[in-house]
Amino acid sequence: MGYNKAKQFSVLLLTAVILAGCSEQRSSFLDPAGPIAAAQRAHLIEVVGWTMIAVVPVFILVPVMLWRYRYRNTKARYTPDWGYSGWLELVMWGVPFMIVAVLSTKLWFSTKALDPYKPIASDAAPLNVQVVGLDWKWLFIYPDLGIATVNQLAFPAGAPVSLNLTSDTVMQSFMVDALAGQVYAMPGMRTKLHLLADAAGVFKGENVQFSGVGFTEQKFDAVAMTPEAFSEWVARVKSDGVPLDAQTYELLGASSTGAQVYEAIGTNGMPAGVIYFNQVAPDLFKKVIGRYHGGEPVLPANQPGAAGYVWQPLFNGSSK
Amino acid sequence: MTSDHTTTWLFGRLDLSSLPIWQAIQSPAISELIAGAAAMIVIAGAIAVIAFITWLRAWRSLWTDWLTSTDHKRIGIMYCVLALVMMTRGVIEAVLMRAQQADGLSGGFLTPEHFAELFSTHGTIMIFFVAMPLVAGVINYIMPLQIGARDMSFPVMNQISLGLTATGAVLVMSSLVFGKFSTGSWAAYPPYTGLAFNPGPGPDYWIWSVAIAGIGTTLSGINFAVTIYKERAPGMTLFRMPLFCWTVLCTSIIMIFAMPPLTVATLMLAADRYLDFHFFTNDLGGNMMNYVNLFWLFGHPEVYLLVLPAYGIISEVVATFSGKRLYGYTSLVYATMAIAVLSFCVWLHHFFTMGQSANVNIAFGIASMCIAVPTGVKVYDWMATMYRGRIRMTVPMIYVTGFFILFVIGGLTGVILANPTITYQVHNTLFLVAHFHNVIIPGVVFGLLAGIHYWFPKAFGFRLHEGWGRVSALLWIFGFSFAFLPLYVVGLMGMPRRSANFNDPAFEPLMLAALFGAALVLSALAALVIQIWVSVRDRDKLAAPLGDPWNGRTLEWATPSPPPHYNFAVLPQVKDRDDFAAAKANGRAFADTANYGDITMPKNTALGMIICAAATLLGMALVWYIWWLAMLSVLTIVVAFVARTFMLDTTYTIPADEISREHRAWLARVRAASPITRDRETDDVNQGLAVLELPETLKASR
Ligand code: HEM
Ligand SMILES: [Cu+2]
Ligand SMILES: [Cu+2]
Repeated sequence: MGYNKAKQFSVLLLTAVILAGCSEQRSSFLDPAGPIAAAQRAHLIEVVGWTMIAVVPVFILVPVMLWRYRYRNTKARYTPDWGYSGWLELVMWGVPFMIVAVLSTKLWFSTKALDPYKPIASDAAPLNVQVVGLDWKWLFIYPDLGIATVNQLAFPAGAPVSLNLTSDTVMQSFMVDALAGQVYAMPGMRTKLHLLADAAGVFKGENVQFSGVGFTEQKFDAVAMTPEAFSEWVARVKSDGVPLDAQTYELLGASSTGAQVYEAIGTNGMPAGVIYFNQVAPDLFKKVIGRYHGGEPVLPANQPGAAGYVWQPLFNGSSK
Repeated sequence: MTSDHTTTWLFGRLDLSSLPIWQAIQSPAISELIAGAAAMIVIAGAIAVIAFITWLRAWRSLWTDWLTSTDHKRIGIMYCVLALVMMTRGVIEAVLMRAQQADGLSGGFLTPEHFAELFSTHGTIMIFFVAMPLVAGVINYIMPLQIGARDMSFPVMNQISLGLTATGAVLVMSSLVFGKFSTGSWAAYPPYTGLAFNPGPGPDYWIWSVAIAGIGTTLSGINFAVTIYKERAPGMTLFRMPLFCWTVLCTSIIMIFAMPPLTVATLMLAADRYLDFHFFTNDLGGNMMNYVNLFWLFGHPEVYLLVLPAYGIISEVVATFSGKRLYGYTSLVYATMAIAVLSFCVWLHHFFTMGQSANVNIAFGIASMCIAVPTGVKVYDWMATMYRGRIRMTVPMIYVTGFFILFVIGGLTGVILANPTITYQVHNTLFLVAHFHNVIIPGVVFGLLAGIHYWFPKAFGFRLHEGWGRVSALLWIFGFSFAFLPLYVVGLMGMPRRSANFNDPAFEPLMLAALFGAALVLSALAALVIQIWVSVRDRDKLAAPLGDPWNGRTLEWATPSPPPHYNFAVLPQVKDRDDFAAAKANGRAFADTANYGDITMPKNTALGMIICAAATLLGMALVWYIWWLAMLSVLTIVVAFVARTFMLDTTYTIPADEISREHRAWLARVRAASPITRDRETDDVNQGLAVLELPETLKASR
């Protein structure tokens, strides 16, 4: 190609930053960018279609009844004591029952097929990412690559991504609409989500479970790249990143937005609001979960996001 | 937020900096000013009410006729008044939130914290202090009349229930003046609402207002159920009860079984916060998922608790205003019971996204979808009731029409949400907000408003003004549609709920439409207030004292309006379903009897008010850590209860000749009045006596 990949990549990132929130950043499963979201949309349409069998008659019959049997219409029949008809009864119970039976079957199969815990079948090897929800930012750890980021989830398009999630503060809900929907991230627990993007693109990712005043800032870009661009990106994270050690992690734990963290430790090599880490303490994800299972109290001073967390004073305007 | 607070033994952690008014003076930014103004409004409102009552010289009457009354009718009215006052606050908060989100692209005018407080108070108020008291109020007023009873089984407990509900409402209102309410939403999920993350008084306000009011509701449930089982008039078998009473029975069973999980959840959260327990904390074995389960074990039945009585009201209204027997009574009874049972089997659909296995989600998804069957049956039964009827489009019927069209949309989106696969996408978005408002407003609120218009003349002896009622009903219907239908779209586009701001410009036009809708709802509320005002002013013209303004079918219409304290001079002998309609058709109605007897009724008592006052102080003391006051209030409650058990003279007797005199005077007025046909029921001539309009007589007159 005529121009180098890094440039291409920065163009992509730039557009992502500028167009964040515009239609270029795809942000709804109605505009699906992967098989899961597409199946979810298809299921939605089917459910609406089947339910219409019961819904449309109401829209039609209510006005008809009100008009036809209005008080002043003395021509209409009036049967004040009629209150039962076996046939009608059968239809009234039978039709909704049949619809629900059909929908339940569909629900069964689609829930099995789209189970967020189920790995996505694919020829490509899955990319493992560990996700830690913090007050008001997401930490993405790539355990097999030894890197991590804040507020940017990059991955190769066409290959499944296998996410393990937890939270190191209150409960959050991780969602990438255009790809796979959401799953909760809860402290001391691990949940899973699998996603796959058909082609390169930038997708809105966010926390959708209210978690405090910075909640609406907890958004990130999920960026699907060509495999080459992804390797470039990994290389770039490794070269431009800073180490994620205990100190940095404590800083991340403070109640602050990605932009505030970027102000504190970001460098020019990182896109605005995004942090790159080129070294990650091994087993960090496990430790984040494990800290709540040690049988020792986790005091507010050591609890990321808590009111008494020691790092909090570093950032102004971010108290709970 | 609390680190700079000091604790004193006298005031606990309450000090000057906890007062929003003080903060507004200290740092007058928009959010602080709004909070300060809200505090001023509460204080000014309280002063205005006190001044107004003094000006009316109504203190004595307020105390003896209302606050200390054990009459289920007066208690019912007080519940409704409480609900309407709280609804005003809830709707104003809703409009504020809508305004904030309409301006959300540029960040809005409120701080995120203030916005969070608004959705938390709005949700808490609307569910616990608007919908619940309105339901309890209508049930209280109507159910004993419909089953031919003189009062509830436990009139004093009824008064205590009202007192505890009022306590909760007062606590929420106090949070405007003292400190701040929770920002943890109406569901108050820990660990966010735990001590580590929110040490301030906010979550404590939520805990105590909901816990105390919840105990009141449990007691109400017991009272309603026992009354239906034990107090029905002779001949009123269960399957002769009006459908509303069936829905009340199912609702009270839900109250009895669904409120305890909430009480337990709130008390466990309180134990975490006050006593260093670790039920739901992150550390030491706590697990917030247990809270989520307990909360929705209450939360899902709760919505059916609210909507079932609304279904009951709709059944009564549709039958009456179609001039017809209710179609499919038995079906409707079984559908109601099916819904009540199923409502306990679906709570997990509120957290399909918590990571449980697909099989669990499938089970709960299918169970949720099953509720659509009995619900669908109900809607079709009501349409069949209109079939071959003679329908009058009065205000209650306008609400019911709005219900039919809009509730069906809510049902559709409910079926959508029952699918875990779709919920992964739309959970926690405005789609969900649109859905539950879509079932609560057209369902519960329209149903209750229809009921209030329908039964108002029973309670007060005059009808509500028809014209203003239509204006209000139409504003509600269109206001709802503009305010919430756009939210489905924004939700599908992926906007999270509880967002104080957003950065997708595509949301903005829809948010503006929603603001317009919220403004219409506010005007609907204003029209409702005007309607009540105009009706009270014109009460002589609107009077319908003879008791049957709508050609009613059930027992409550067989009494004068308003009914005497004892409801029925002689307990009715029920021979039929829709007994009053049958009685009118075969000439049994308005019959005089020879066997009047003395009637024993419960006396007034101040117990409910004492408990209300002490529980309010207890709540405030617990919120602010004022331990001496907490102990004093508990002591007051215990002493009041014990003292009550020593009172043996708790009833009074109304002599038979007084009753026969009153009753015969009413019968004489009925005989002297000229009955009217249905085309004139909204005219001034409607005194509450109906012409029989049967198919045969119609044919003859044609
Ligand atoms: C009268 C018109 C109403 C309007 C305009 C309105 C508006 C709103 C808005 C803007 C929110 C916040 C949405 C968000 O999370 O982004 C909300 C939440 C809520 N509303 Fe309403 N509302 C109305 C009536 C009601 C009624 C009648 C009820 C119940 C009886 C109700 C119950 C709730 C609940 C439970 C929440 C959730 C609060 C939370 O997230 O914790 N609302 N409403
Ligand atoms: Cu539910
Ligand atoms: Cu629902």
